[in-house]
Amino acid sequence: MPLTVLNRRIVKGDSNEQALLIGLANNDSRAIETIYKDNFNMVQSFIINNNGTYDEARDVFQEAMIALYEKAQTDSFVLTCQIKTYVYSICRRLWLKRLQQLGKYTRQLDAIEETVAVETDLETHEKRNAEFAIMDRALNSLGEPCKSLLEGYYLKKMDMSALAEEFGYTNADNAKNQKYKCLMRLKKLFFSQYNIGE
Amino acid sequence: MDDILLLETIERYLNGEMGNEERIYFETLRKNTPEIDQMVVEHSMFLHQMDYYVAHTNIKQTLKKVHRNLLERGDLNEGGELSTKGKVIQFWNKYKKVTAIAASVGGVIALFISGLAVYFSSAVTDPKLEQLGKDLEAVKKSQLYQGSIINEVKSKIPLNARLLSGGSGFLIDTKGFIITNAHILRGTGAIVVNSKGKEFNASIVHLNHEKDLAILKINDVDYAPQKSIPYQIQKNNADLGEEIFTLGYPRNDIVYGMGYLSAKTGYNGDPISYQIQISANPGNSGGPVFNKNGEVIGILSTKQAQAEGVAFAVKSTNIYALVEEIKKNDTAFAKLKLPTKSYLKGVERKSQIKKLEEYVYYVKAYGK
Repeated sequence: MPLTVLNRRIVKGDSNEQALLIGLANNDSRAIETIYKDNFNMVQSFIINNNGTYDEARDVFQEAMIALYEKAQTDSFVLTCQIKTYVYSICRRLWLKRLQQLGKYTRQLDAIEETVAVETDLETHEKRNAEFAIMDRALNSLGEPCKSLLEGYYLKKMDMSALAEEFGYTNADNAKNQKYKCLMRLKKLFFSQYNIGE
Repeated sequence: MDDILLLETIERYLNGEMGNEERIYFETLRKNTPEIDQMVVEHSMFLHQMDYYVAHTNIKQTLKKVHRNLLERGDLNEGGELSTKGKVIQFWNKYKKVTAIAASVGGVIALFISGLAVYFSSAVTDPKLEQLGKDLEAVKKSQLYQGSIINEVKSKIPLNARLLSGGSGFLIDTKGFIITNAHILRGTGAIVVNSKGKEFNASIVHLNHEKDLAILKINDVDYAPQKSIPYQIQKNNADLGEEIFTLGYPRNDIVYGMGYLSAKTGYNGDPISYQIQISANPGNSGGPVFNKNGEVIGILSTKQAQAEGVAFAVKSTNIYALVEEIKKNDTAFAKLKLPTKSYLKGVERKSQIKKLEEYVYYVKAYGK
């Protein structure tokens, strides 16, 4: 492997790629679009050429983007390789795993890019995914209006008076009271699962 | 109520919303009361999980949105091979939803001839015709026109039989072997009509519904075997963007159409077919798709419902596989030989067509 080539590419794209990653960490759709455009086709042809479908290619790629997003958000994050290499490595691992689960994996996958070690990152990502699933389940088993109320507050970042109006509470204090009640129920649901998961 | 108050207090504390005095008081309380300390830790962790959940949900939404935008702009492609024709992709995406629905109902619609379910007599009012639903609108319109040919047909099609469906086909062996689509051949028998309007009896030799291919053999004393066939059948796959043309019978006269190869796979990535951009109509099914040298690269078989001009052709390589299969199973066809020479390279299109049209037949299938 000609290491010099690899090094040169990293240095060259460094500042630009760092900017893209900062954009990604901030959920900036323009940065995400650039990363998407630069890398998707490579991943798609890799998946398609290895027994996959268009839908699976999209799922795997988006999963890798989320993993990269998580990595970009950590304070200790440093860029040690090109985004392209990293995304490809993650997708390759994810796809290998999927194929193994399906019992489809028979031969070495065609490599179209160099890869880097991503196992630890993927472990972190999977833990995060599990946590996400627990929260998602907890929220969905909460029932209405609790679910919408909490989503309004935490996801849509609505303030209490706006929520009171939307949900028909007489004032913001009542809505707030209700929100805390719901939050306590959600917490209970979440931790009942979360502890088991640990 | 106390719990709620406590929770609110903890949240204010964690969010740094407390005044100095209150915060010092709360921190002392936390230090001295392990339960409260525990609650603070727990809630901080929970809020962290909430933040993460929200971030994760948002990034997922952004990714979906970006994916959709890029698809619409033609920067990504999820159907067929990559094409540089952004407009084609845009068009495709615009109609993807519609076509998906249409496809789930009836798959890709087959290009039956307008003579689908034509009766010998004036049986237009027969309830059978109703069942065919939408496809029939076109049929009804051409009924009058169809009427003229029905009298001629009498001699070749058994009495009391009726035309069920039809399409196009072309010679692959001078002795009278014709290849066409399997979906055309409903019923029990078929006749073929050449470009001059002359009819011949034919028998169905082989049907392969998987590849949607069928082979007919002309069995008619009127048929004089051709000396040679001027086109070869391509053994290799054609290239993206290659100019193509077709001859077929969407009406009673032979019709020429021209287009280009737009993808190396067919509907939903089907490897047996090509996607081509051409104006195809019911009746074109089974017709040859030629490259600019007049060599057969495929058999026009289906088109995309709703999406104008998007059609699919079974790759010519499948003809070889099919012929091999027949030869293996039946020694009667040992002499079947596919044409290997092409005489029309570099010839002007008008002359190419003049030559080729003799070899393209109108296929009519009949049954009881």
